[in-house]
Amino acid sequence: MTSRISPDLPGTYVFDGPTSRRGLRMNKLFMSLRSEAARADFLADEPGYCARFGLTDDQTEAVLGRDWQAMLDLGGSIFYIYKLAMMDGLSMQYLGGVFTGMSEADFKAAMLAGGRTDV
Amino acid sequence: MSEVIWGLATSHVPSIGAAMDRGMTADPVWAPLFEGYGPAREWLADNKPDVAILIYNDHANGIDLDIVPTFAIGTADRYEVADEGFGRRPVPDVIGSPELSFHLLQNLMDDGFDLTVFQELDVDHGFTVPLSVWTPDPGDKWPCPVVPLLVNVIQYPQPTAARCYALGKALGRAIASFEGARTVGILGTGGMSHQLAGARAGFINPEFDAMFLDAIENDPEKLAALTREDFIREAGSEGIELIMWLVMRGAMNAEVRKVHSVYHVPASNTAAGLALFDNQPA
Ligand SMILES: [Fe+2]
Repeated sequence: MTSRISPDLPGTYVFDGPTSRRGLRMNKLFMSLRSEAARADFLADEPGYCARFGLTDDQTEAVLGRDWQAMLDLGGSIFYIYKLAMMDGLSMQYLGGVFTGMSEADFKAAMLAGGRTDV
Repeated sequence: MSEVIWGLATSHVPSIGAAMDRGMTADPVWAPLFEGYGPAREWLADNKPDVAILIYNDHANGIDLDIVPTFAIGTADRYEVADEGFGRRPVPDVIGSPELSFHLLQNLMDDGFDLTVFQELDVDHGFTVPLSVWTPDPGDKWPCPVVPLLVNVIQYPQPTAARCYALGKALGRAIASFEGARTVGILGTGGMSHQLAGARAGFINPEFDAMFLDAIENDPEKLAALTREDFIREAGSEGIELIMWLVMRGAMNAEVRKVHSVYHVPASNTAAGLALFDNQPA
């Protein structure tokens, strides 16, 4: 069961209650990364930090492997996931590329050309 | 007695603030948007309200997912600018108006809107970017005190568009009975069409946005009838933020006069829009 829910919107995540419940611990971890001290703690021992926040094994694996798609599937909110991406120096256009199977450059070019109007 | 003098609807994406903070507003990618803002900013500079109310949502900075208030109001006398991860934006903290907050809280409650209360709140880009769109060079303070009104647009089910519009109407009535100010500005923020995640990331719908820009002025009832699913399908999963424009519109007169509007793609992964309305019809 993924977080894709009806109404019939393929390719669209709807961050609903069950999804938020599933992702709560992981999203709290992401939010903690706003502080410099937390980022240092995280980088010093990523598995330990995930354990401290109570992530599931799947979530820990997704975070350690920077599997952005899996983070969404395991209850991550894009606004929270973005905190981890920012820490890694990655942009929302990079993530857009990951989700759509494009390079960051191609995704940026698609936005500059007026966005993806045909999806 | 207080009176709403204008309503400003605007996108609030962080990149608009970042472009300003980093002096990139003349870059070819950004210039059309910031040039577009010009006439609205000039008019706003000549029409400074005593106090403003800003409708927005937080993005994992001031509040987390432990508690997800559908509608909330800040009652602080000061709101600090949040550090979203790499230092706060170089803009002033926000001075609040607890008197207006408590007046609105009570009147909205009596009118059937049971708001959550924030006694402390750090405000993120959703709040400060619209202030920068209004006032690009605030110096050491924003033009007037500002009261935050928060709407949950991140976690489904968001309030309906109809409920947001009704909240706006109640807000308009509550403002009218406030003795502590004469003039009030209302900001409705977020949008326009965009989607950040999933295979449809990067989705933009210029036809929907054009319809929305016209109807927010001339036929808000039509927008209030849209369902959550309509918004997510037509404006993208994050484009549902546009329901916050309806709170602003509801607080205004049935007939308003458009001062200026702007539409530009892209502002990072979004369609950026601005619409400024004088609350007095021509
Ligand atoms: Fe937003």
